[in-house]
Amino acid sequence: MESPDWAKLEIAPIDYQDAYYYSAPKTGDGPKSLDEVDPKLLETYEKLGIPLKEQEWLAGVAVDAVFDSVSVATTYKARLEQEGIVFCPISEAVKMHPDLVRKYLGTVVPYTDNYFATLNSAVFTDGSFVYIPKGVRCPMELSTYFRINAKNTGQFERTLIVADEGAYVSYLEGCTAPQRDENQLHAAVVELVALDDSEIKYSTVQNWYPGDENGVGGIYNFVTKRAHCIGRNAKVSWTQVETGSAITWKYPSCILTGDNSVGEFYSVAITNNRQQADTGTKMIHRGRNTRSTVISKGISAGRADNTYRGLIRMQPKAEGARNYTQCDSLLIGDTCGAHTVPYIESRNPTARIEHEATTARISEDQLFYCRQRGIGAEEAVSLIVNGFCKEVMQHLPMEFAVEAQKLIGISLEGSVG
Amino acid sequence: MALLEIRNLHVKVEGKPILKGLNLTIEAGEVHAIMGPNGAGKSTLSYVIAGRDGYEVTDGQVLFEGRDLLDMNPEERACAGLFLAFQYPVEIPGVSNTTFLKTALNAVRKARGEGALDAMQFLKYVRNKAKPLGVGDEMLKRAVNVGFSGGEKKRNEILQMAVLEPKLAVLDETDSGLDIDALRIVSEGVNALRDPARATLVITHYQRLLDYIVPDRVHVLADGRIVKSGGKELALELEAKGYAEYVGAAAA
Repeated sequence: MESPDWAKLEIAPIDYQDAYYYSAPKTGDGPKSLDEVDPKLLETYEKLGIPLKEQEWLAGVAVDAVFDSVSVATTYKARLEQEGIVFCPISEAVKMHPDLVRKYLGTVVPYTDNYFATLNSAVFTDGSFVYIPKGVRCPMELSTYFRINAKNTGQFERTLIVADEGAYVSYLEGCTAPQRDENQLHAAVVELVALDDSEIKYSTVQNWYPGDENGVGGIYNFVTKRAHCIGRNAKVSWTQVETGSAITWKYPSCILTGDNSVGEFYSVAITNNRQQADTGTKMIHRGRNTRSTVISKGISAGRADNTYRGLIRMQPKAEGARNYTQCDSLLIGDTCGAHTVPYIESRNPTARIEHEATTARISEDQLFYCRQRGIGAEEAVSLIVNGFCKEVMQHLPMEFAVEAQKLIGISLEGSVG
Repeated sequence: MALLEIRNLHVKVEGKPILKGLNLTIEAGEVHAIMGPNGAGKSTLSYVIAGRDGYEVTDGQVLFEGRDLLDMNPEERACAGLFLAFQYPVEIPGVSNTTFLKTALNAVRKARGEGALDAMQFLKYVRNKAKPLGVGDEMLKRAVNVGFSGGEKKRNEILQMAVLEPKLAVLDETDSGLDIDALRIVSEGVNALRDPARATLVITHYQRLLDYIVPDRVHVLADGRIVKSGGKELALELEAKGYAEYVGAAAA
């Protein structure tokens, strides 16, 4: 197979022989409590306001922290077990729930899907597994924080989430990586399966190391995320705030097979300095009266390039299907780029597709207005950009939204003179 | 020490001289009005005081409570107590009025060495300020100036002023585009802030605003200079005679 080259990205050749495909935490065996977790890791979490310690404001969130390739901390397990919910490392799920894993793994993203999915399928060692049984509403937000901290650690997580009939789950994924020099590859695969009347809400805040201002040392984030709404009235909602990585190549998608099923994609992608992002979604409408909504907000600063690439496809049986897409780009400065590449295919005459796109700049007037009211230039940019992203941010769970707002400000630091 | 002291101010915009040796002193507790024909440099003066980019000061000094204002960036000037009510208030989509006001107030409070107000404290504070201006909760929730009528935008400027409680407020043609009712509300908002420790500089083309905000001093700005100063009666004289004599005098 060959590495795909259709995205609007400049990627330096990757030496796959130089990657480490499995790297266990250096602290030895998995710690039994938070006291045993590497204090430096906790410090990083702390800075980002990430609640691995059971801070009051986030009590109720179970954290399955993955660093390198082995899970180190799992909390609130008992509470979830009471409901029959399975939330565990996928390595454990293979042993404890082989039938479920066998039934669904690889059904949404087959190992032949694309270059990076094949790589992941061949070498993944861990990740997360979630199963919500029939009629169960998961009582807490499930969250996993990823962190890449070993030298040359290729990360190949695999996530599988299955919502059985009438189930509901909200899953949060957030990432951070400490500064380092060499490019790191991250090629995860996330599969979501939604049965009749179920709903999965998957939220991501991604702030991996983007490289320095010259683009040296950032993470390559080549991720395949896809959901399959198999059942009637199933609903999957992807919300992402992408501020990190040197290169982002990511298209969280929905295959809407079940009649009346719903797919949503809300995205904020920020690129600064030399960052590149080619991101968007695919909404494949197969069932009748399926509906999808796509709202994408791209922000470019510095010398970055930001591309929205999206496919809306109405299959012949998608009677009465509807899509609404809105792509807005915001430019800061005059050396960055924003691109919108929509692919629209309709094979059903009753289907309706709407696409709206805008491009704007932060104006001098807006900045001066804020500054005249006492708001510093960087805070003003953060305020204006957060306003621009509001329609997406309001889909994030509360505690995540606060973190994401801070991140937007941090990622645009230095973008105004 | 005067609150604001402008000495021999020369300013160029895109290489063209606009202000040519302007002198103005405003003491705390006073209300000054600057009137003048179009193109005299009224808006340039307000932008230079506020620190907008694109205005090149070639000579002169601007002191605010004795501090060199020209050496400060716009947010430092705002935090020091300088407020400009814009002639054309700017829209900021997606940012609610409340969020904007809270961010601004907390930035200014921080500069004054005061603690930030939390959401509940702020809401109470802002509602008190908003009520007399006829600004309801609905308008506080809307995005800053987005979809506001001309009158709403100007009331919003005055609300921001009331919230930030500046030492010196510069009102740049705040009366333009206002009907009589809106004019009265806006003027009451300005008058409510009259205080021995504060001052206001009203920049206007017409005399009618000065019926509501009665000035202590009136200045005529023509061709980049203050060509005449007087009491409030000067405004009435200008209204009757127009600016013709000053335009001619300045050119001569």
